[in-house]
Amino acid sequence: MSLINDVRRNFVEALEELGAVARFLVRMIVVTPSALLRFDLIVQQIFNSGALSLVIIMLAGLFVGMVLGLQGFTVLQRFGSEDSLGVAAAIGLLKELGPVITALLFAGRAGTALASELGLMRATDQLSAMEMMAVDPIKRVVVPRFLGAVISMPLLAAIFSLIGLYGAQLIGVQIMGVDSGSFWSQMRAGVSFSDIYEGLVKSVVFGIACSLIAVYEGYYAVPTAAGVGRATTRTVVTSAVVILFFDYLLTSVFL
Amino acid sequence: MQILPGRVTAIMGPSGTGKTTLLRLITGQVRADSGTIEVAGENMRTVNRAGLYTLRRRMGMLFQNGALLTDLSVFDNVAFPLREHTDLPARLIRQLVLTKLQAVGLRGAAALMPSELSGGMNRRVALARAIVMDPEILLYDEPFVGLDPISMGVILRLIRRLNDTLGLTSVVVSHDVQEISAVADQVFLLSGGKVVAKGTPPELRENPTEIVRQFVGGLADGPVPFHYPAADYFSELMTRGEDT
Repeated sequence: MSLINDVRRNFVEALEELGAVARFLVRMIVVTPSALLRFDLIVQQIFNSGALSLVIIMLAGLFVGMVLGLQGFTVLQRFGSEDSLGVAAAIGLLKELGPVITALLFAGRAGTALASELGLMRATDQLSAMEMMAVDPIKRVVVPRFLGAVISMPLLAAIFSLIGLYGAQLIGVQIMGVDSGSFWSQMRAGVSFSDIYEGLVKSVVFGIACSLIAVYEGYYAVPTAAGVGRATTRTVVTSAVVILFFDYLLTSVFL
Repeated sequence: MQILPGRVTAIMGPSGTGKTTLLRLITGQVRADSGTIEVAGENMRTVNRAGLYTLRRRMGMLFQNGALLTDLSVFDNVAFPLREHTDLPARLIRQLVLTKLQAVGLRGAAALMPSELSGGMNRRVALARAIVMDPEILLYDEPFVGLDPISMGVILRLIRRLNDTLGLTSVVVSHDVQEISAVADQVFLLSGGKVVAKGTPPELRENPTEIVRQFVGGLADGPVPFHYPAADYFSELMTRGEDT
């Protein structure tokens, strides 16, 4: 009986949490039009979330592309179709690896930074001080960070895929000797707009999910050192699960 | 409780008695479950968010730790409410900010970041920020915590001087009896979530009530017990429990 009660209690708690996140999202949407008037704040957050994540995204993209080039070449060579390496790497990166790995890295770099920053602002009364100055922290602090992160995600995913393609080309063409013309021409012929569209939709959805989780966890962090730590951890773990769940969901929708 | 306009009112009491909660109730950061709190004619239990924000523009609050925005400089922290609520030209904002910083003696620190300030300076910058919109009511939450005697003296003088020169109504939450008695016009003493004494500082010093005598005299034991409620000492020592 106690197991059933535990399951029921956890289920109710999860539903309550989901409701709280939805209410938080509605509060953000309501103030978004006025927050958009302060575009300088959003640009600053695009720099914080996007530009400061560039190095890790580019490095990861390069290595993932190189691995893809190596593995792809080895497998395709068995069937004598190593010329298709370009199209295989491009579709893999654009539709799947680009959005998913970028989102996971983004949650680890920018998501945790957002959650801990907001959590610390809560713990040091900065958010309360804003409320006391009649400044809505959701509008002034949360929404610019959320929008900055949402805008950054697809851009980072695109950069990841581009650098990944370069990595695959580096290994496949420069080292393994795949014909350069075949690599690029097959890629151009095999990749359609719908492949790019699928990757774009995924990166936007992952961006919204990661950013929402990060700002929610940070804003409602328990104002203690342990509370901020827990908020940061929850941001990474929840984001990873949500990203993979949505990845499956969107893949099945686009098939 | 009635806070007299134009005066400095101190709310004192032992730790954990609800002083900060009372301040949060007055500012609408927490809603009261029962009873009525009226601030400038507004019922804080029923006022909506827009009404609360309008009211807060007439209030300033000094938080226990200053609560400066850590990514902004001293100047930008003080300018923050002006930039958020007014369309004043940058030149005028600069003049207003420098005037307020001069009032707290920190005009020279305008370019510093909060991490470069001492505890006392941090509190003074927060005070400059709290008065930059020319509020009618100024609330101080434990303004002397962690300050050295010089900084404490500076803050004490500022509380009195700002109240008199700007015609404010000041509410100071503190448990520093001697210090706050020097500047307060009236004092409320809280204990166990209730007002147990009120009056001017001299009246409070003469108050024969046991709780007031314990608090004013700084006595370790009395109505506020030294020991946290526990089981009988001897029986607990004799119990063969491995842990508490």
